[in-house]
Amino acid sequence: MGDEIILLDFWPSMFGMRVRLALAEKGLKYEYKEEDLRNKSPLLLEMNPVHKQIPVLIHNGKPICESLIIVQYIDEVWHDKSPLLPSDPYQRAQARFWADYVDKKLYGLGRKVWSTKGEEQETAKKEFIECLKLLEGELGEKPYFGGEKIGFVDVALVTFSCWFYAYESCGNFSIEAECPKLIAWTKRCKEKESVSSSLEDPHKVHGFVMGMRKRFGIE
Amino acid sequence: MTEEVKLFGTWASIFSRRIEVALKLKGVQFEYIEENLSNKSPALLKYNPVHKKIPVLVHNGKPVAESLVILEYIDETWKHNPILPTDPYEKAMARFWAKYIDDKLWPAVTKVLVSKGEEQKGVIEEIQEQLKTLESELKEKKFFGGESLGFVDIAANIIVFLLVAQEALGMEILTEEKFPVLHGWYQRLVDDAVFKECMPPREQHLSSVKVWFGSSTPSK
Repeated sequence: MGDEIILLDFWPSMFGMRVRLALAEKGLKYEYKEEDLRNKSPLLLEMNPVHKQIPVLIHNGKPICESLIIVQYIDEVWHDKSPLLPSDPYQRAQARFWADYVDKKLYGLGRKVWSTKGEEQETAKKEFIECLKLLEGELGEKPYFGGEKIGFVDVALVTFSCWFYAYESCGNFSIEAECPKLIAWTKRCKEKESVSSSLEDPHKVHGFVMGMRKRFGIE
Repeated sequence: MTEEVKLFGTWASIFSRRIEVALKLKGVQFEYIEENLSNKSPALLKYNPVHKKIPVLVHNGKPVAESLVILEYIDETWKHNPILPTDPYEKAMARFWAKYIDDKLWPAVTKVLVSKGEEQKGVIEEIQEQLKTLESELKEKKFFGGESLGFVDIAANIIVFLLVAQEALGMEILTEEKFPVLHGWYQRLVDDAVFKECMPPREQHLSSVKVWFGSSTPSK
């Protein structure tokens, strides 16, 4: 049976990239539709009327919203190939906990790092690094958060790595200096075709962030 | 092997009440430990070092934190009386609505209690929009989970807190006139034997909310 898969996305979104990565891991063909978030398409508004946000996965006409929910959906429907969540319920709970931690902390702090100045920025930088260090500790000596292969937490977190250069540049700090093991992990992930083809060029993301700073009047 | 299940919670927390509901629906015996959040136990800090919050479920010595994560763990470990659908699409929808409740409704409800005047009026409108959205998802169904209460109904227990809060502070947010569909669902929810058993004692809950939040100016 032919599956029709459409992804409504916005190229710099680390949330959209998670879905691209999950689809790539499963070897799935799909139609990518770029959204202009200042002029949202009727399709986006129809498929995600509650949040009006990307990413939205449309599978055989039915929409699924929220990136981690989409990734779990993809993992459950195409469960035969490259499972992203472990089969043991306790390990699944740990994976969900850490992916939820990434969602609760990193986006908000990262946003403050690129969009604020002075003391607010310094506080955000400190907290951001603390979060990354905690994640680094959770990774431990494993090659991936998923163990021997990339898993749910790797997918949730690695897409932020193409924003690191933008954060570092705006915040004047080095993530590698603070979290070398985490950076080593990002490099290891990017050796995989599915990851490197789903992540955007950090310099392109940096250009996007510079444009946003200008638009919001941040020096 | 004997199962050892412990739940760290607080009597007034709708989040730890969610876990009680799920465990009772599954008939799982558990030990409940009441935490004092101004003096957290060494056990809580050990079992949830990242967030230091309740609820935490400890199953045979292994901790699980974050209420929605715990609910899924319970559903996957004790498979009878499922609270999540088996179909991946239906499951994705259930997760979406539970997340909506936690990401949108909960922050708005806590905000309405500490805001005043015009700001509070704005938050009340926001909550009412959210309640309308939830009503459009519920439609004709008996529960969000269909014939029996499920994941989204358990997550929507925030509405228990909302109703206590609005009574305690003299606000009118969720009324039968404005939200007949949600009101009907709520009556069925609190009539459910298991859910009823897990609700915070009403008078105590009302007094606590008055004490904690009573300094806000109520608005009609």
